[in-house]
Amino acid sequence: MDLYRRRRATNYAALAVAVAAAAFGLFWLVAILWTLLYNGIGAINLALFTEMTPPPGSAGGLLNAIFGSLVLTIGGTLIGTPIGMMAGTYLAEYGKTNGLAQTVRFINDILLSAPSIVIGLFVYIIVVAEMGHFSAWAGIVALAIIGLPVVVRTTEDMLNLVPNGLREAAAALGAPMWKVITLISYRAARSGILTGILLAVARMSGETAPLLFTALNNQFWSINMNAPMASLPVTIFQFALSPYEDWQQLAWGGALLITVTILMLNIVARALATIGSTKR
Amino acid sequence: MASVTAEKTREAPMRTDADTQVGPAAASQEEMVEKISIRNLDFYYDKSHALKSVSLPLYDKRVTAFIGPSGCGKSTLLRVLNRMYDLYPKQRATGEVLLDGKNILLPGQDLNLLRAQVGMVFQKPTPFPMSIYDNIAFGVRLYERLSAAEMDERVEAALRRAALWGEVKDKLKHSGLSLSGGQQQRLCIARGIAVKSNVLLLDEPCSALDPISTSKIEELMDELKNEYCIVIVTHNMQQAARSSDFTAFMFLGQLIEYGPTEVIFTNPKNEQTQGYITGRFG
Repeated sequence: MDLYRRRRATNYAALAVAVAAAAFGLFWLVAILWTLLYNGIGAINLALFTEMTPPPGSAGGLLNAIFGSLVLTIGGTLIGTPIGMMAGTYLAEYGKTNGLAQTVRFINDILLSAPSIVIGLFVYIIVVAEMGHFSAWAGIVALAIIGLPVVVRTTEDMLNLVPNGLREAAAALGAPMWKVITLISYRAARSGILTGILLAVARMSGETAPLLFTALNNQFWSINMNAPMASLPVTIFQFALSPYEDWQQLAWGGALLITVTILMLNIVARALATIGSTKR
Repeated sequence: MASVTAEKTREAPMRTDADTQVGPAAASQEEMVEKISIRNLDFYYDKSHALKSVSLPLYDKRVTAFIGPSGCGKSTLLRVLNRMYDLYPKQRATGEVLLDGKNILLPGQDLNLLRAQVGMVFQKPTPFPMSIYDNIAFGVRLYERLSAAEMDERVEAALRRAALWGEVKDKLKHSGLSLSGGQQQRLCIARGIAVKSNVLLLDEPCSALDPISTSKIEELMDELKNEYCIVIVTHNMQQAARSSDFTAFMFLGQLIEYGPTEVIFTNPKNEQTQGYITGRFG
């Protein structure tokens, strides 16, 4: 009986520590969101979405930065996603455990955790320095490299979850391998792969460091892909550090906007993953 | 124990007797075509020698059952017949497997064409993540171009023959995954017979099913054997006795005994066979 009481006490103690740890983590998350909301909500108005970034001391919005972020993120996704999916497909369906696959997998894991500023510098050297100027293209390349390993990893993981029996069944009907992959494996892993892509988009849309040396920033409206382009994270970075109160206010607004966007992307990704898993 | 088994197994010879009236010998008088001939087949998983010089015939319009304890090589043997093992590295087969007289183990064999001709149903039902209709149409589309009406007909015919039409005709657009286990397995059989195959390999098709679904699948095999060469791997002695014409008993990668099912189950020549079918080992 004594033993039982002791075990129960240990159990409660462990539970209490776990709950405390979870609460501690959650507290900061809520604190950040609350601060953002508290400071940023005042900056959310129509002008934020319709006017350009202003010079210090005058009113304005973040339109060029929002547009730039959209262009850069969509561009990065369009380049990073197909390459990432193909690489992930190679790893899961063809390479499996061979030398090349293991090497690619290892390098991909390094890329996944590489500091994003290193990627920014890398693109600076191979694109910006070569072209001689900052450009939206360079920003897109940098973001594609940020998103790539996320897509590779999730594609591979999701394809590995597809039961081999399904592949065998399709092959047993005489389906060539590429049809087994595109018509069966992809379909079975669809929601998981889509989730991975959304997570990659979320990651790309929040990155500042890789854009600092590539797309730089632009105070003005620009749709020229060969010229520097504004983006939300870099604008926030610049405005938040400035001494001007209205810039700081815009930075709060931008930060809230980008956080809500990423939160939404994550929620959609999670919902998709849930739908996918209950369907099976 | 022995008498119980004998009683259960008696059903099988009786059924065959009813067909031919003369018993085992008569089976060979009827024109039997050797659809597949396995000759001196050896199979290796990397270095482990899984099949040792196996030779046996598989007849058209007959059901042949592979029985034996787990790990004896019966599933391996089945997977050689459509070269499913080729999907995996380090697995290889030597010897001859003649399908209609052509050695399918030769390097020049087109695997996709072979598999289109040799259907396979697996232990666990494997419906594709698509509609019931598309599950059937998938295989057909691989090798044939049919009009929508022709495809509808083909899908219906396959589902009818798999005794599933009545249960799914109003929900052809529903996901194949929404069906019960037994229905899924019949869907997989329908998928296999919708394509123009003439050999059907069944790898423990009923092991995940309840008795009612099992009996439906056995009835189905009985129907289908008029047109197919059927090979079934089973752990269920009664099933082998009930539904097969020929039985091959395997042990440790070797073919121990092969013959008409009624002989194997009532008068086996080999002591190991006797031991296995009466449940004394394995």
